[in-house]
Amino acid sequence: MHGLINRAVQCFLRDTYGAERWLRVARAAGFGSDGFDTMAVYDLSVTEALLDAAAVQLDRPRDVVLEDLGTYLVSHPTVEPLRRLLRFGGATYLDFVLSLEDLPGRSRLAVPDIDIPELLLEEAEADVFVLGCRSPLRGAGHVMMGLLRAMADDYGALVLLDHLGAVDGSERLHIQVLETSFAAGRRFDLASATSPVAGG
Amino acid sequence: MPSKPPKPQVVALQLHAKSLDAFMPMFLVVDMGGRITAAGKTIAKLFAAAPLIGKSLFAVFDLRRVGPIRTMAAVAARAGQPLTLTRCDGGGALRGLAMPMADGQGFLFNLSFGIGVIDAVRQFGLTDADFAATDLAIEMLYVVEAKTAVMGELGRLNHSLKGAKSAAEARAMTDTLTGLGNRRALDMALADVIAKGGRFAMLHLDLDFFKAVNDTLGHAAGDHVLCAAAATLREATRGHDLITRVGGDEFVILLTRPPDKPGMLRIANRIIAGLEVPIPWEGQVCRISGSIGIVVSSDYAAVQEAAMQADADAALYASKRAGRGQATFAAVRPDGRPDGRPDGISAADVGDAGLGVDGTAQGTVVAMPRAG
Repeated sequence: MHGLINRAVQCFLRDTYGAERWLRVARAAGFGSDGFDTMAVYDLSVTEALLDAAAVQLDRPRDVVLEDLGTYLVSHPTVEPLRRLLRFGGATYLDFVLSLEDLPGRSRLAVPDIDIPELLLEEAEADVFVLGCRSPLRGAGHVMMGLLRAMADDYGALVLLDHLGAVDGSERLHIQVLETSFAAGRRFDLASATSPVAGG
Repeated sequence: MPSKPPKPQVVALQLHAKSLDAFMPMFLVVDMGGRITAAGKTIAKLFAAAPLIGKSLFAVFDLRRVGPIRTMAAVAARAGQPLTLTRCDGGGALRGLAMPMADGQGFLFNLSFGIGVIDAVRQFGLTDADFAATDLAIEMLYVVEAKTAVMGELGRLNHSLKGAKSAAEARAMTDTLTGLGNRRALDMALADVIAKGGRFAMLHLDLDFFKAVNDTLGHAAGDHVLCAAAATLREATRGHDLITRVGGDEFVILLTRPPDKPGMLRIANRIIAGLEVPIPWEGQVCRISGSIGIVVSSDYAAVQEAAMQADADAALYASKRAGRGQATFAAVRPDGRPDGRPDGISAADVGDAGLGVDGTAQGTVVAMPRAG
């Protein structure tokens, strides 16, 4: 997995549970406390060991840890730039869901060897979708669950989400959009408040 | 009362194909039967080997918008929405938009490479003439290329900084004379092994008669002897043992996967035997030996670094007291806590005076009886 993915897990553990807990996970998984290099590519087994160690140290099922990671990626101030990139998916939550298939390609545009799950969206009926999620990382669909849930809050949409399990190696998520403007949601402008060119 | 806004005028545009080409070089005109009747110059370039005109749209592309689109009626239902058109010949996917034409005779499609533009430019040898002047594709290529260059540069910088950092760390943890680890290396390794909670052992070694070598033959000889001792320690231990020089002639060997106690004694024995091999120096011979104190984490109910180091130290001086050139396990009290001062021996009682350069030492290894 790309160093950015491992780094995301590291930052999630550090920001949510504190530096001490992250160090314990790192030690249990057999890594140094320095953490991951965002530019490097690591073997998949490294990410698996990291997540397994996190599940043990946090005493929570791995799937729950992964879902919390997905929520963190959208909602924590540390990773605000990521939330912004996700909001480029569309003006409403429905548009966002409809743009999900483009997400892996857009991500690779920025980071060519990033391992974003391959996503395939099928419309079951009006505003009801099944999202196929295929990744070498076991349980990546749970990260998508947390991410989709947090994005619904971000847009102020009311949605029902359900993990349907895996079929032929593809995890399937049920997405029902009940209301696109249920709550106020968080503000988003295409233009960022601080220009990245100017160094913000 | 505000007046009603004027009804927008419906303008039916008639464009020459050449004009359309300038605006949208990847346009397609598809009739209501799904047949392609006109194509822009750039999309035509992509299909140069099998021209598009006259073909069925659905034979050339798989159309999708959250599920497949297989009829012109389905196209009409998705008018104005972003579509994905995947080439049936395996040539990749395009993004598209379809709107009905004013005469009701078909649909006008405008296609783009979307995020596939980078690959497409390479694959089809496209130039800026293949894009409309208002298209941001060239800017996009520029940004991606600039980003790649900057990221590459940052990656290289990161790599060299990492190299410099680990070299500095290694230097900070290395004894420059012998190349062994130093006190800091030992402290870090100890903290790590204690945190991991496995069994480990420490051999605390103090060279015997080293002071005599230093005093009679000088510091250069002393340094030579220390390096020879380091070589002996490397030979007598296993690859995963950590050997550190923690003081002038004091060494600590951390066994992270220790054998049983007889096995540890064998290692100590090898060390002492190795140290007692005479070391030639400028026509003379230096003779040293070593006294060792051994402490094992499994002898402790709760492992405490400071207590273990103190007990190892005390066991070392018990070895000195008993005549040098031997190893002693830290004694264990009936309450389970080791105490290396069985006879009230303290470091102050045991000096390193005595034998000269040619001094001899006993090579016996004594294990202190364990009370626990």
